[in-house]
Amino acid sequence: MANKDELQRTEAHGGLAAETPFGYAPSRESTDIVRIEPRYDLFIGGDWVEPRSGTWFETISPATEEPLSRVAEAGPEDVDLAVAAAREASDERWRELPGRERARFLYRIARALQERSREFAVLETMDGGKPIKESRDVDLPLAAAHFFYYAGWADKLDYAFPGRLPRPLGVAGQVIPWNFPLLMAAWKIAPALATGNTVVLKPAETTPLTALLLADVIQEADLPPGVVNIVTGAGRTGSFLVGHHGIDKVAFTGSTDVGKVIQRAVAGTGKRLTLELGGKAANIVFEDAALDQAVEGIVNGIYFNQGHVCCAGSRLLVQEAVAETLVERLKARLSTLRVGDPLDKNTDVGAINSSQQLRRIEELVESGIQDGAEIYQPPCDLPERGYWFPPTLFTGVTQSHRIAREEIFGPVLSILTFRTPEEAVEKANNTPYGLSAGVWTEKGSRILWMASRLRAGVIWANTFNRFDPSSPFGGYKESGFGREGGLHGLEPYLAWNGGGAR
Amino acid sequence: MTDVPTPTRAIVPDSPWSPAAAQAAMVRVMPVDAVGLEERAASLATRSIKRESKRYALDLAIRCVDLTTLEGADTPGKITAVCSKALHPDPADPRVPSVAAVVVYPSAVPVAAAQLKGTEVKVASVGGGFPSGLSPLDQRLAEIRQAVAWGAQEIDIVLNRAAFLSGRYAEAYGEIAASRDACGGAHLKVILETGELGSYDQVRKASMLSMAAGADFIKTSTGKIGTGATYSVALCMMEAARDFHRQTGRAVGIKVSGGVRTAKQAWTYLVILHETLGSDWLTPDRFRIGASTLLNDLLMQVRKERDGRYQGADYFTID
Amino acid sequence: MSERLGVRKTYKLAIGGAFSRSESGRSYPVLGADGRILARAAAASRKDLREGVRAARSALAAWSAATPYNRGQVLYRVAEMMEGRRAQFVDEVGRAGGQDAEAEVDASVDRWVWYAGWSDKIHHVLGSVNPVAAPYFNFTIPEPTGVVGIVAPAEPALLGLISRLAPAIVSGNATVVLASEPRPLVAITLSEVLATSDVPAGVVNVLTGRTTELMPWLAGHMDVNAIDITGVPGHLLTKVEELCAENVKRIVRSEEANWSSDRAQSPYEVTAFMEMKTVWHPMGA
Repeated sequence: MANKDELQRTEAHGGLAAETPFGYAPSRESTDIVRIEPRYDLFIGGDWVEPRSGTWFETISPATEEPLSRVAEAGPEDVDLAVAAAREASDERWRELPGRERARFLYRIARALQERSREFAVLETMDGGKPIKESRDVDLPLAAAHFFYYAGWADKLDYAFPGRLPRPLGVAGQVIPWNFPLLMAAWKIAPALATGNTVVLKPAETTPLTALLLADVIQEADLPPGVVNIVTGAGRTGSFLVGHHGIDKVAFTGSTDVGKVIQRAVAGTGKRLTLELGGKAANIVFEDAALDQAVEGIVNGIYFNQGHVCCAGSRLLVQEAVAETLVERLKARLSTLRVGDPLDKNTDVGAINSSQQLRRIEELVESGIQDGAEIYQPPCDLPERGYWFPPTLFTGVTQSHRIAREEIFGPVLSILTFRTPEEAVEKANNTPYGLSAGVWTEKGSRILWMASRLRAGVIWANTFNRFDPSSPFGGYKESGFGREGGLHGLEPYLAWNGGGAR
Repeated sequence: MTDVPTPTRAIVPDSPWSPAAAQAAMVRVMPVDAVGLEERAASLATRSIKRESKRYALDLAIRCVDLTTLEGADTPGKITAVCSKALHPDPADPRVPSVAAVVVYPSAVPVAAAQLKGTEVKVASVGGGFPSGLSPLDQRLAEIRQAVAWGAQEIDIVLNRAAFLSGRYAEAYGEIAASRDACGGAHLKVILETGELGSYDQVRKASMLSMAAGADFIKTSTGKIGTGATYSVALCMMEAARDFHRQTGRAVGIKVSGGVRTAKQAWTYLVILHETLGSDWLTPDRFRIGASTLLNDLLMQVRKERDGRYQGADYFTID
Repeated sequence: MSERLGVRKTYKLAIGGAFSRSESGRSYPVLGADGRILARAAAASRKDLREGVRAARSALAAWSAATPYNRGQVLYRVAEMMEGRRAQFVDEVGRAGGQDAEAEVDASVDRWVWYAGWSDKIHHVLGSVNPVAAPYFNFTIPEPTGVVGIVAPAEPALLGLISRLAPAIVSGNATVVLASEPRPLVAITLSEVLATSDVPAGVVNVLTGRTTELMPWLAGHMDVNAIDITGVPGHLLTKVEELCAENVKRIVRSEEANWSSDRAQSPYEVTAFMEMKTVWHPMGA
C-alpha cells in the first residue's frame, strides 16, 4: 500500500495543498499549441504593415518576466493610415453591405474562436498572467459567444429600435485594457461590425498578442480589408487614435482617470463616446444569505482574475449579525486558493499583470495598514520571478480609508459592516463609482428592493461576475456611460434617421 | 429599599415559546443556493490531479470502498465471493489494499463475519427496514441488534423520510437516536436518500438533524432508487459536516453511494472532500464510497498508472 | 460497358430521431416535375402521427430548457450542414419542380441562419418589464408553447417548410410536421440533416403521406398545443379549426404568398408559437 512517505512533495503552490499528501501535482497546460512570432507589425488594410514609426517594444510574460515577442509601436502616421484604411473600407466595402452578409463574417469569426479556443486561451494566459482555467473556461467561450450574438443582430437592426432607422456611424476608434484582452476586443469589434461600422483597435500595451492572433482569424474569415485594423502601442498611440479627426466614434475601457482625459479630448468634436471605467463595487451579504455560496461569490468577486476586474466586488459589506462567521469562512477559503503558475490548470490566482500594477497594489495595501485596518493574508509561497500578490483581506475598514474608496485593481478585499438594508444601500452608493454591486440574501423581495436603490449599472443577486453577450454591461456615475452587450449594446454604434458618418 | 414591582402579566403556561424554545427558534439551518452550490461542485470537478496525487487517490479510494451486495438473490456463495474480492481486490497484485467494508443484508451477516474474521475488512449491515425504513420502530431496532449480535461492526439505516418530509423532525431525530443506542459498539451510518429530499436546503437540514441525533456517518443514497450521489449533494453534506464539527467538535464521516462507477468519479469526490473538510477526512474512518462495479475501474486505473497502458475488463476478476 | 446502376434511396418517416417505414406498411409514388416517378415516400398513418406526437412531447423538456444560445448554435450548425449538402438539395428541389432551385436552397439556408440569430434576442424585443403602479417587480417573458403541429405548404418544397419550421423550433418548441404531399422528399433529406446536426431526437418529426388523411388527427390531438395550418387546403380550414377547439389549440397561419420575400420572415412568426408569462414579485426590504 502506497504511503505518504513514498510520495514526492509537489512544488509549493500556496496554501493548504502544499502541506498535505493530497496535493495537486502541477498540471501544466502545454504551450506547444501556440506559435508566437518573434515580431509583429501593425494590421492595417487587411495586411501586416511595418510601423512608419520604426519602433517595436517588448511584451513579456508577467509570470516569468520572460520576453514573448516584440510588437510595433504605432506613431501618428501609422494611426493616420489605419484610420484612412477604415474610412475607405467603410465607404467602399462595408457600410452598404447587407446585414446578412456582415452577419456571415461575424459567424465565421465566432466559429474560428471556438475552433482555436485552446490556442487563444494559452496565449492569453502567457501574455497577461491570468490562470489558464479562466482564459479557457470564461474568456474564450464568452468572446466566441459575443461574436455569435452580434452576428445575429446584423440583419435584424430594424427590429431593435422601434420608430428609428439605424445607420452606422462610420469609423470607430477603440482602446481596450489588459485585464480581458481578447474578450474586450470581442466586446468592441462585434457590435461595431454588426451595426456596419469599421474599426481601428488599440490593444493594451502589456497584452497585445491575442488581438494580433485575432487578426489572423480575421484574415482567414476573408473579412474585407480595412474593416478591422489593429494598431499596437502604449498610451500615446491611444491618444493619437482618440484625438484623430477622421473617426466618428470613440469607445474606451480603462481607468476612470484616463477616461476623463479622453472625455476632455473629445469635447467639442462631435464624436460619439462611450466609456467603461473603474469601480469599487459593494458586495452586500445579509444575515439570511446562503453563506457558503456567498463565500464563493465573494472570492470570485475579488480574486477572479487577480482582482483585475473593473466590476470586482472589492468592498464586502456584511451584516453585523453574521460578520464574524462570514469572515472566518472567508479566511478558511482564502487558504485553499492556489496562487502560482498561470499555465497550471489548478491555479486559482495568477500573476499581477505588470510591475506598475504590482506597485500600485502594494502602495494601497500599505495605506490600509497605516489607516488602521487589520490585514489578513494566508501563508503563500510565491514564485521568485514574476509579479505576484497573495489574496488579501482587510477587516475593520471604514468608508474613510483609502482602501475603501480607491480602486486597487488587485486581489485585495476591504470588509465593512452594516446593520440595516437602508444603511447597506447608503454605504454601497457612497462612492463616485457605480459599475456593479452584489446582494446576497435568500429573501426575494429584499433583492428587488436593494436592486431598485443601488446606483450601479450591473447588480448581481446571489452570484457575482456573471457575463453574457445578451446582458447589457456598463456603469453609473464615474464608472462611465454607455452599455456593452444586449440590445442596448447596439445603440452606441448607431446614428439615427439620417445622421451619422460624414 | 424600594419594592420590586410584581409583574402584571404571567408568562403564558404551555406556550411553545419557552426561553429555550425561543432561543432555539432563532437558530436556523443555513440556506443553500442551488446554482452557486452546483457551480462550486462543477469547478471542483475540473481539478486536475496527476501522477503521485493520482496514485495516492486511487489507493485511498480502494481503501474507502464499501463493497456492496444487497440483492434478494444473495446466497452464501455470492457473499463468500464478495468477501474474497474485498480482501484481495486484485489477486495479480498483492500491493493493492483491501477495501474498507462489505455491506450486506442482515441475514448474510453470519456468512460475511465468518469470512472476514480476523481481517481488516469490516462487516457492515443495512438495518432498520432498509430501504424504505417504514416498518414498525421496534422491529427496526430489533433487526439492528440482531445484526450486531451476528457480527456486524457497522450499521447503515435510512432516515425516515415520511417523518422528515412531513415536518415531524423530532420523530425522525428520535428514531436515529434509538438506532444509535441499538448499535451498541457498532457505528451508525444514516442514509439521507438525497434523491427523495427535493432540494439542497432539505439535504442540509437532514444532514444536521442526523448528525445531531448521533450518526457516525451520513450517507447519500440506498442505491435502490434512480437518483444516487452527485458532486453537488456530496458538497452540500460535506459543508454541513464541516460546520457541525466546528460547532460541536464531533467529526462525522461522509459516505457517497448510488451511481459511483468510475475511478474519475471516486477521485473527484476525494477532491471535493479534501477541499471542504481537509486532509483529516482523507481516511476510511471518515469517508466511504458505497459501490460494486467501481472497484474494478479503480483497479484498472491503478494498473494503468503502473504499466502506462489502458486496460481491459478481461484482466480483472469479477469476484 | 454497361452504365453503373445507382443505389436508389428509400424515403422513410423521421420520428424520434430514427427513420422508419409507416407502421401501416404503405407508401405512395412521388412524381417529379416531368410526371415520372421520382421515388416512393412512406404514407404515414394516424398511429405514426401518434408516435410523432409522443416523440415530440418527450423531447420538449430538454429542448425548451436548453439555453437560447445553445439553440442558436444548434440551428446554426444545421445551416452549416445544409450548406455542405447544397448540391444534393439543389438537385432534389429541381427535380421536385422548383423554379430556381439554387435560389430556393440559398434562400432556405439564409432564412434558417436568420432565425437562428433570434434565439437569444426575442426576449429583448418581445418580452418586457412592466411598470405596475405598486411596489412589485413585474416582468413578461415569452416561453415556448409546447408541441407544435405544422402542415407544411404544398410548395415551395424546401423554402416553404423551412419558413414554418425554423421559427417554431428556435424558441424551444418540438414539432410534428406533415410534409408537402406532392413534394415530400426534400423534407426527409432535411430530416437527415437535422439528425446529424445536434438537434435532439424528437424535436422535429416529419411525416410524409396524405395530408387530408392525417390532418384531422393532428388537429384533433389533445396533446398538441398549437398548429400551423399554412398548408391546409382552403376548403378544409373550417373543419380543421373546429377540431382544434377541443383543447383550445393556438392556430397560426401564414398568408404570405411570396416565400422569397423578406415579408415571409419575422420575429412575430417566432412569438406566434410562444406564450407570454408574467411574474410579480414584491420589492421590500
